[in-house]
Amino acid sequence: MQVHQFEAIIVGAGGAGLMAALYASKGGAKVAVVSKLYPTRSHTGAAQGGIGAALGNLEEDKPLWHAFDTVKGGDYLVDQHAAMVLATEAIDSVIELEHMGLPFDRTEDGRISQRRFGGHTSNFGEKAVRRACHAADRTGHMILQTLYQQCIKENVNFFDEFHVVDMVMNNGKVCGVVAIQLGTGEFHIFHGKAVLFATGGWGRVWQVTSNAHSLTGDGSVVTLRRGVPLQDMEFYQFHPTGIYRMGILITEGVRGEGGVLTNRHGARFMENYAPNLKDLASRDVVSRAIYLEIRDGNGIQGKDYVHLDLRPQTVNHYLAEAGETRRLDREIIESKLPDILDFCRTYLGIDPVDAPMPVQPTAHYAMGGIPTNVNGEVVTDANWTVLPGLYAAGECACVSVHGANRLGTNSLVDLVVFGRRGGKSIAEYVKQADYVPLPSNPTGEIEAEMQRIRKTNGKTRPHELRSTMQKVMMDNVGVFREAPLIQEALDCVRELRERYMTDIHIDDQGMRFNTDVLEAWELGSMLDLAEMTAISALARTESRGGHYREDFNQRDDENWLVHSLIAPTAETVGVGAKNPEYALTHDKKVDMSLYEAGDDRFKPKPRKY
Amino acid sequence: MDVTFRIRRYNPEIPGKDKPFWQEFSLTGVDETDRVLELLHRIKWEQDGTLSLRRSCAHGVCGSDAMRINGANKLACKILVKDVGDRIQVEPILGLPVLKDLIVDMEPFFAHYRSVMPYFVNDSPVPADGRERLQSAADRAIFDDSTKCILCAACTTSCPSFWANGDYVGPAAIVQAHRFIFDSRDQAQQERMEVLAEPDGVWRCRTIYNCTPACPRDIQVTRAIGEVKLAIRKGSTSGIIDPADIKIATSNS
Repeated sequence: MQVHQFEAIIVGAGGAGLMAALYASKGGAKVAVVSKLYPTRSHTGAAQGGIGAALGNLEEDKPLWHAFDTVKGGDYLVDQHAAMVLATEAIDSVIELEHMGLPFDRTEDGRISQRRFGGHTSNFGEKAVRRACHAADRTGHMILQTLYQQCIKENVNFFDEFHVVDMVMNNGKVCGVVAIQLGTGEFHIFHGKAVLFATGGWGRVWQVTSNAHSLTGDGSVVTLRRGVPLQDMEFYQFHPTGIYRMGILITEGVRGEGGVLTNRHGARFMENYAPNLKDLASRDVVSRAIYLEIRDGNGIQGKDYVHLDLRPQTVNHYLAEAGETRRLDREIIESKLPDILDFCRTYLGIDPVDAPMPVQPTAHYAMGGIPTNVNGEVVTDANWTVLPGLYAAGECACVSVHGANRLGTNSLVDLVVFGRRGGKSIAEYVKQADYVPLPSNPTGEIEAEMQRIRKTNGKTRPHELRSTMQKVMMDNVGVFREAPLIQEALDCVRELRERYMTDIHIDDQGMRFNTDVLEAWELGSMLDLAEMTAISALARTESRGGHYREDFNQRDDENWLVHSLIAPTAETVGVGAKNPEYALTHDKKVDMSLYEAGDDRFKPKPRKY
Repeated sequence: MDVTFRIRRYNPEIPGKDKPFWQEFSLTGVDETDRVLELLHRIKWEQDGTLSLRRSCAHGVCGSDAMRINGANKLACKILVKDVGDRIQVEPILGLPVLKDLIVDMEPFFAHYRSVMPYFVNDSPVPADGRERLQSAADRAIFDDSTKCILCAACTTSCPSFWANGDYVGPAAIVQAHRFIFDSRDQAQQERMEVLAEPDGVWRCRTIYNCTPACPRDIQVTRAIGEVKLAIRKGSTSGIIDPADIKIATSNS
């Protein structure tokens, strides 16, 4: 058993983890980044369209407008002070990325280029605004590369291909994590004064997803099993435009550049659902519209998908109709959306310049996660009680700046703004904090659990359980939900969990790169997350943002302007619990500070786009 | 359709499997638009859980799953059955030590990457207005191609010069250096060019051209290496890339 001691342990090496590592390092902390992937494989690199910041490089823009769009986009479940932090610091963060060398596309006067994105408007919803700063359609790739490059420059310590599977606590205090080194199968303890989780999302819980295979929500489950709550788990975003059946993301930037969604009649149906912003309405609105079109028999060939049309003749027709002077042609599309063209050519055998793209909503982003304050510190209850030494940032965290529905580009903003804040907080914290001693046998429980997975020797291959979970979550806890279906999913997931605990079979009994065992462990994480999602979704008897209940189809501000918190009961905290029980509470009020300070524009009102 | 896989296996932990060997697997119900990665997953998940490989994003942007498929370096997630036919041979990329099945030791590859100073250097004060450094769209376009690199190692491990001499930095590291050498904002061009002028730098490239077709991101790798060679010979980057050759988009409309 190897023990490594670092003041700050960063788990996950995507944008949030790398940003936190950079700032903790620059602040003088001794930092280790521990990741199950090589950092450049992280899913931040798959983000396409842009990072939102009110730079105003092409037209007037203000952070307050960005904050407003964020709050409205999140269907008023967003904590307003956090949205203001996000929108204000977005500007500085994007400029900082440019100073780190990030190759943004440029305007004619050499500034960072910006484009339109769903739900981003000027003057409190008046019209779409160019706010998304972009580097072709690989903005996330550029952010991930740039941050990794800077970490190399700063000599940050990386432990690549170390899979974190448990958090170590002593007397209620955080003192590190346990990781399995993939190459050897050995357990390692990372003993730290502070731990920051930046492990990303869990799109693999659903059948059709834009997410990488590795997005199994590890960090959120590791902390949950040690008693840390998860917040707003019922809010999971389905991006409207995934490639049909594959789920591969087609950026909202396609619609930002003028692309439109059409049904089997060739009609631009978003005009009926969002008369003002049309195809650039928020993602929850567009995803529901697509499902409604399909339900009405307007899917392409009557099937469960629609078209995303970027053909110049279509786009230019609507641009002319809207009185705009700009026009699209093949050259512009090729230079601004090269990866989208590449995906369509590779996976669909079509060229989007000549043919529309078949798309359907795809599981994309967790609005919920490990609750934190704006400094990245994890908070464990409705009173914002900080758990000293524990931090989270990025998709696995819930600040909450995304509320019930995240706006496009705000995920990248979130991870740079709050990754940076988390890193700064940690640098300060470790200066005054001591190492909490490790408990005796800190790996005992997790080693036993990994051994159980390996040796159960039952009849069920993990992938059978995984595909059943993915299908039931897609069908029953997706874009449209209602009580009987959610209950059915919950029952199913619990039964799967039972089989997971008693009947799985693992072929690989070796140590070296045993992805057979680790994938099974990840399945355990996803079953827990599916259960948290279903429990939280069943309890919220209203419709808000990404959570749409057919049996409660209205937003209910009187009862539901609250965050949900779910955690295992004190008796069932721990790894490998046979029958964990969970307590769900709804007493954490949404922060309405901008409205309460007298700005009526931030008062919850029905959303119209 | 039915597909037969022939996979190069190796596991030093298991007696009898501690020397590389070929193993065949059959799959039924395969669609010609299935990705090779999906089929490798089917083998792993339905037939043999010990089969080990790296993968993550499954759509060609994370760079985890470079392999030699029917003799050519590909990302398993970016090649479909219709591209390779119903007999599919899969083996690890060449020139890096194999650790288990399709997994190779990436450390030598990343060490070469780190050796070329793959990070932005500009120590001059940032603009007084606190805003971005300016760069013309033409200057940005010059190094656009090399910013697409995902460090999958498909180019480097297709290069006979690298196979012959693992000390050669290899195409991927040169592409990464190119991305900074030709960035008008960067100030460490000379230092990087000095690194690449060393005996194990660009001159080990014999313009064999394997790297370019191997790149899953369609980067003109050989061209980028050639541009770095020219810059080293001239001692400067000016005039080497003609912006007129490069498509430029700006969004002022």
